[in-house]
Amino acid sequence: MADVTKKKKKKKQDYSATVNSKLMRKPLKRAFPIFILPMVCAFAIGFVWPFCQGIYLSFCEFKTTSDAKFIGFSNYLKAFKDPGFLHAFWYTALYAVVSLVLINVLAFTAAYVLTQNIKGTNIFRTVFFMPNLIGGIVLGYIWSMIFDGILSKFNTSILLETKYGFWGLIILMCWQQVGYMMIIYIAGLQAIPGDMMEAADIDGANKWQTLWKVTIPNVMPSITICMFLTLTNSFKLFDQNLALTDGRPFVTEVTPDGLLRTVKTTEMLALNIYNTFYGEGSFARGTGQAKAVIFFILVAVISILQLRSSKSKEVQQ
Amino acid sequence: MAAATKTKKLKKTSKAGKTSLTVVFSIIAVVYVLPIFVVLLNSFKENSFVKTETFKFPTEESFVGWANYIKGMTFGNYPFFKSVLWTTVITLLSSALILICCSMAAWFLARVNNTACKVIYYLCVFSMVVPFQMVMFTLSKTADRLRLNTPFTIPIVYLGFGAGLAVFMFTGFIKSIPLEIEEAAAIDGCGPLRTYFSVVFPMLKPTMISVGILEIMWIWNDYLLPYLVLDRNKYMTIPIHIQYLQGSYGAVDLGAIMALIIFSIIPVIVFYLTCQKHIIKGVAAGAVKG
Repeated sequence: MADVTKKKKKKKQDYSATVNSKLMRKPLKRAFPIFILPMVCAFAIGFVWPFCQGIYLSFCEFKTTSDAKFIGFSNYLKAFKDPGFLHAFWYTALYAVVSLVLINVLAFTAAYVLTQNIKGTNIFRTVFFMPNLIGGIVLGYIWSMIFDGILSKFNTSILLETKYGFWGLIILMCWQQVGYMMIIYIAGLQAIPGDMMEAADIDGANKWQTLWKVTIPNVMPSITICMFLTLTNSFKLFDQNLALTDGRPFVTEVTPDGLLRTVKTTEMLALNIYNTFYGEGSFARGTGQAKAVIFFILVAVISILQLRSSKSKEVQQ
Repeated sequence: MAAATKTKKLKKTSKAGKTSLTVVFSIIAVVYVLPIFVVLLNSFKENSFVKTETFKFPTEESFVGWANYIKGMTFGNYPFFKSVLWTTVITLLSSALILICCSMAAWFLARVNNTACKVIYYLCVFSMVVPFQMVMFTLSKTADRLRLNTPFTIPIVYLGFGAGLAVFMFTGFIKSIPLEIEEAAAIDGCGPLRTYFSVVFPMLKPTMISVGILEIMWIWNDYLLPYLVLDRNKYMTIPIHIQYLQGSYGAVDLGAIMALIIFSIIPVIVFYLTCQKHIIKGVAAGAVKG
């Protein structure tokens, strides 16, 4: 059904497009320096060129962009051998899973309650969404003050133990993101047709059954969107990580080749890449760029999976 | 009969349940704003008391009045109001540039729609999944070489890196606008520029607001891009300034930093409360599409 109307629409558009090619498309094409050139130039400077250069440099040894020397895959090998990078990967993955579950459960519960016509819904929505607008750096310092205020009573600090840093970041991100995801869930819940709920009620379903058999299947698209959003947000997390712990506490390890290596125990992927570029001296930049490419592939794969799953959902509806 | 009493009973319990839910949520809401309240409290305390008496009201001993605010403004060798000014300049210029250039480009892409346009469009969509760390180093070097390191030129970098989402959202909306309106304008003798500004631009208003809000939220709070691109000795933004104060000094004045945090949150909260509806709508639209 939907397919037929789509085809019809397309036909109609093609028709009018050919009719108006002289009056509309040609003058518009001629005006391209005004319409599209500024965006394309900026896009080339801000994205296309840096991206291509980034891919190329990941196979090079370099200090600045001009003295690059091609060395093949050895940057990637170094990246995979770096214990700090591997630790950051597993730490990020663990963090992503925990925050994915927590944020979505909390956000869905909040959205579910706020769509039950309780008093003060608007105020609650306003309050829960507010932390979202505060920037990551500021958020990090607000919470580091609060955690240190609590932990100083026990004579410790968030910078001294990995588990404090981990759960601190989880609490911070819940505080920031639950409101955002809640807004998406509310939009999904409000889109459920009322007669469906009524039908469930008439059939004698209790609230619990209605929730599991009617509500949740109907908000499945919102759930996928939110899950992937929290997942990509966790992987890309940088500002909050930098401001809250900056990777502390550090642990010094002895690598198999007998070298001393410092592992920053609460450092996530994005921060690890940044530190490889700007913290370890210019000789490590090739490795940093290789890590960045690996990171990009990881994030891109997650995003493509999201696109696939949301598209297949659309077809079903 | 039995069914009627059952629904009655259900309604009664749900009414009591609703009140208790309101109470529970009120408590959660209070806990939710507590962190900001604590920051406010501590911004009136002397430095040494921030760590030891974080959750207490300022006492006579620890209360310093507005001293932290005055100190925060002139802290270090870079006055804070300059950072506020530069952040405002960068945010407004960049968002305006993104809105105008990307909406024009999106209209062109949607209406001309030849192979080159399709390539540009898919490149834009692709750029949305690329994390900043991927282009971090090369972008900052390119921007440096092209002298884009001032607040008046950094909007070009923002336009380049932020074009993806804006073009994607605008193109999606323009494809849903009936072509007939633009045809009528063209038949009446409008050139492309006139058609765009007097016919298409007004219709784009809702998407403009959504995209504008997303861009403003992003650029105002962005840390890494301006940190790497801007000439840091001359220009700082609010996040850079706060990170600089907290990060580079061994003995930080926490009271003054809390005052600065309050300074930087106030405009955000005012902005949020005045256009709350648009913000929530824009964010939902951006999330669903992105």
